[in-house]
Amino acid sequence: MMIKQLKEGVLDNNPLLIQLLGICPALAMTTNVSNALGIGIATMVVLLLSNLFISLLRKLIPNEIRIAAYIVIIAGFVSAVEMLIKAYLPELGRSLGIFLPLIVVNCIILGRAETFASKNKVLPSLMDGFAMGFGFTFALIVVASIREIIGAGTWFGVNVLGESYQSVLFFIMPSGAFITLGCLVALMKKLTSFPKKVPKNSIESLESESVTAEKVEEPVEIPAEEEVIVEEIKEEVEVAEKNDN
Amino acid sequence: MNNDLIFSPSPHIKTPNNSRVLMIDVLVALTPALIWGVIVFGPRALTVVTVSILSCVIFETLFRLILKRPQTILDFSAVVTGLLLAFNLPASVPLWIPIVGAFFAIVIVKQLFGGIGKNIMNPALAARVFLYSWSKHMTAFPEPSFLNGEHMPAFAISINNIDATASATPLTVIKQGAIPSDTSIFDMLIGNCAGTIGEISAVLLILGGLFLLARKVITWHIPVTFIGTVAVLAFLKNISGSSIDFMLYEILGGGLMLGAFFMATDYATSPVTKTGRLIYGAGCGLLTVLFRFYGGYAESVSFAILIMNLLVWYIDRFTKPVRFGGKN
Repeated sequence: MMIKQLKEGVLDNNPLLIQLLGICPALAMTTNVSNALGIGIATMVVLLLSNLFISLLRKLIPNEIRIAAYIVIIAGFVSAVEMLIKAYLPELGRSLGIFLPLIVVNCIILGRAETFASKNKVLPSLMDGFAMGFGFTFALIVVASIREIIGAGTWFGVNVLGESYQSVLFFIMPSGAFITLGCLVALMKKLTSFPKKVPKNSIESLESESVTAEKVEEPVEIPAEEEVIVEEIKEEVEVAEKNDN
Repeated sequence: MNNDLIFSPSPHIKTPNNSRVLMIDVLVALTPALIWGVIVFGPRALTVVTVSILSCVIFETLFRLILKRPQTILDFSAVVTGLLLAFNLPASVPLWIPIVGAFFAIVIVKQLFGGIGKNIMNPALAARVFLYSWSKHMTAFPEPSFLNGEHMPAFAISINNIDATASATPLTVIKQGAIPSDTSIFDMLIGNCAGTIGEISAVLLILGGLFLLARKVITWHIPVTFIGTVAVLAFLKNISGSSIDFMLYEILGGGLMLGAFFMATDYATSPVTKTGRLIYGAGCGLLTVLFRFYGGYAESVSFAILIMNLLVWYIDRFTKPVRFGGKN
């Protein structure tokens, strides 16, 4: 269950590379790996805390004003994280700049609050926050590593390609961010898409069931074998039952 | 049903032209400028051109092999891209520059968007702008060397004493606020000035452009509006001396002729309608002038064309003709 959620966050439903959320920090804060790590971990901490509290308060928050309530919770934690970073890591705080307070409007956090934390118990919500935050940080670090190594010849500020390497300025600039991200999204699409060799008539009935059983934000998967689907449906039903209790 | 009547949907009149014929026409039109570039900059220019074309062809073949798509190498579009890319490089660049540029042009700009006809920007120009990452190589223009006979080493990977041989292009001089004193307008017309391999000789490029016009590969709309807009705006701007002189320096200098005849007219990245082409050409000219006068680089035809490339979709939508019987 936990491993499945983690895999979901990092690979199958990666917030950045599959859901394409949080593009703004991913483009702006990936010029070097340490910035990416900073913004990634800050986002992850906020995501963990907001998921925790939204999940705790999910029965108290009236449905009509839930978005406002979520934003208040998220903004509170973002302010706290921002102050902590500025107090203890002033260097990092300066290089993250405006993107630190902008975590408030990061779609990943509100997205997870809306689609997961508000419907699930505390522990799965915490796990979801960790998985999604980790997946986001991981994706940011991949983008930043590519950009920093090609664009400056360094990784975490350490020279890795030798003195004679003539760095590619292009990758440090915004256009390089777009191209790197685009190529990674395409690669991710290639890696996570299942081969579509499914016998049609035998699978259709199962497929429609699996759609309804799956949680809203999950993409409809077409696994190669029927057994996988059946197993998944069983798991989903179990999860749903646990949540109902 | 074995009779002589053939039933088929329109169009009924066909031309033998296909991509390959068009591309070979472009290659023929570019040949005089290529020969001139080699005469002026020595065998080094030929090496750069060869490396560029070969890498473009190899990258295209490999990419389509790896992705198991039909080979398109025989339409010669990769050769044209390679040649145009080399035309946009100074002859003194290290030889890895055309290889990296070819990779960017073919793989990133052309093939990732689906190959010939589907690219959203001109691959050679996009690669040139990408190569500005190494601006010290891209903006060090060797002196025309055919008079003093001092040639750069043809096959050395990189040339160390670029700084010693580098000289300012006429546009760089204008950017610094003066009319070039050592380069006359006649020099610029025939191409006896510093610059990239393919852009220096205005008269040979115009000749090539006229050939393409005569072969109906391109129409007059884009080159005329492009160059015309630059001419008019430069005439009005005039920094010093005679307006006519200044205007001639602006339209003969840099990559304007190369850009207007060969790059802006690329089918995949220029508007379909005639009105659209007029707007597109004027836009290219306007942006060129604005960037030249107020931008960071002395030369800006590439940036102007690339930006207008991205607007082609809108221009086509905007100038969509009313179909027969349709409403306005």
